[in-house]
Amino acid sequence: MASEAATHSDTVDPIHQFHINNLVDFGQIGHSTFAFTNSALFMAITVMLIVGFMMLSTRGRGLVPGRMQNVTEMFYEFTANMLREAAGSEGMRFFPFVFTLFSFILVANLIGMVPYFFTVTAHIVITGALALLVMAIVVGYGFSKHGFGFLKLFVPDEVPGLILPMIVAIEILSFISRPVSLSIRLFANMLAGHITLKVFAGFIISLSTFGVIGWAGAVLPFLMVVALTALEILVAVLQAYVFAILTCMYLNDALHPSH
Amino acid sequence: MVTTALAQTAAETAAEHTEIADSAHGAFPPFDPSTYLSQLIWLAVFFGLLYYLLSKMVLPRIATILEERHDRIADDLAEAEKLKRESDEAIAAYEQALAEARQRAHGIAQDARDKAKAEVEDERSKAEAELEEKLQAAEARIGEVRDKALAEVDAIAKETTEALVETLSGEAPADAEVGSAVSAAMNERR
Repeated sequence: MASEAATHSDTVDPIHQFHINNLVDFGQIGHSTFAFTNSALFMAITVMLIVGFMMLSTRGRGLVPGRMQNVTEMFYEFTANMLREAAGSEGMRFFPFVFTLFSFILVANLIGMVPYFFTVTAHIVITGALALLVMAIVVGYGFSKHGFGFLKLFVPDEVPGLILPMIVAIEILSFISRPVSLSIRLFANMLAGHITLKVFAGFIISLSTFGVIGWAGAVLPFLMVVALTALEILVAVLQAYVFAILTCMYLNDALHPSH
Repeated sequence: MVTTALAQTAAETAAEHTEIADSAHGAFPPFDPSTYLSQLIWLAVFFGLLYYLLSKMVLPRIATILEERHDRIADDLAEAEKLKRESDEAIAAYEQALAEARQRAHGIAQDARDKAKAEVEDERSKAEAELEEKLQAAEARIGEVRDKALAEVDAIAKETTEALVETLSGEAPADAEVGSAVSAAMNERR
C-alpha cells in the first residue's frame, strides 16, 4: 500500500503494496542499490513505536502500574515465561534477543495492518535473515558451549543401531529445514493475508462502478474484508508468537543438546 | 486476477522505479534480489538498534520496576506478619490481664462473701447465745416461780388440811402430822 497507490485508480493491484521504493538513494554497492526505502522507514517506525511506548509507559515507574505500564509489563512477563518454560532458567541469557525478535515481528506485523502502511515482514529476505540469525545463534552457542557434544542433538538416545543412521539423517534434515520453515511461515502468512485483503477490497471498488446494483453487491466483499481484517490481526499476533516460541525451542536445543 | 495484476505491476515497476536495477523489472517484489541489500542493511541497523535500546534501557528498567514491586510486596508482607504477631501478643497479654483481673475479682468477691458470712455467723451465734442466756434466765425464773409456787402449794395444802381437820374434828392437828400427810399425798399424786 505504497504512497503511489493513487496513481492508478482504475484497477486495484494486490501486489503493489509490497513494492520497495527508494526514498533516499545512496547509490550503488556492487550491483545493488543502497537506499533508504519504505521498508527501512517502517522498520524505523517499528523500533520507535516499541522503544517509545515502553519507555513512556514505564516513565512513572509506578509501584502500582497504570494501564499502559501494565501492557508493557504483561508483554515482558509473557515473553520471559515463554522463554523460561521452553528453555529453562539458563535460557534467560537470550531474553533480550527473544524479546527484541518477538516485539519487532509483532509490531511490524501489526503496523502492516494499517491501510497504506508497508509490511516489513511480508518480505522473504527479512524473515529469512531473522530465521538465519536465530539458527546462527543456536549453532554458534551450541558449539561454543558443548563443543562437538552439540552434535548429540542429531543422535537421539536409546535408538537401535540399525536404524540410527536413518534417524540421524532425518534429524539433520529437520534441523536444516528449520530456518526455511521458520522464515517461509511468517513471510507466506503476511503476504497471503495482505493479498487476500487487497483482492476483496478490490472487489468492492470494481462492483461499486456498476451503480446501485453494484453497490448492493459490494456489501458482500465488504463484510468479507471486515472479517478478514479481524482474522489478519489474529494471524499477525499468532505468527509473531509462533516465530518467538519456535526460537525459544531452538535455543533450548542449543542449551541442552541431548534429547 | 493475480496474473493480470502481475503484468500491470511489471509495466508499472518499469515506469516508476527506474532507479532499481534493470534485472529487477517485472519481478514479484519479495523475490526481487535488487532490493535485498538495502533491506538487509536496514534490518541489521534497526534490529541492532532495537536490540541495543531494549537491552540497555527498556528491559533493565522494566526488570527494576518488577523487582522493586516484588521486594516491596515481600517487605510489606513481612511487616504485616510482624504487626500481626505483635497484635497477637497484645491480645494474649490482654487476655491474661483479663483472666488475672477476673481471678482477683473472684477472690475479692469470695473474701467479701466469706467475711459477710462470718459476720452473719458471728452475729447469729451472738444472738443465739443471748437468746440462750435469756431462755435460761427465763427458765430459771420459771423454775424459781414454780418452786416458790409449789412451796406455797405445800403451805396452802397444810393450812387447808389444818382448817379442814379442825373444822371436821374440832381440834387442831399437830403441825408435823399435817406436814407428813400432805407430802405423802403429794408424792402419791405425782
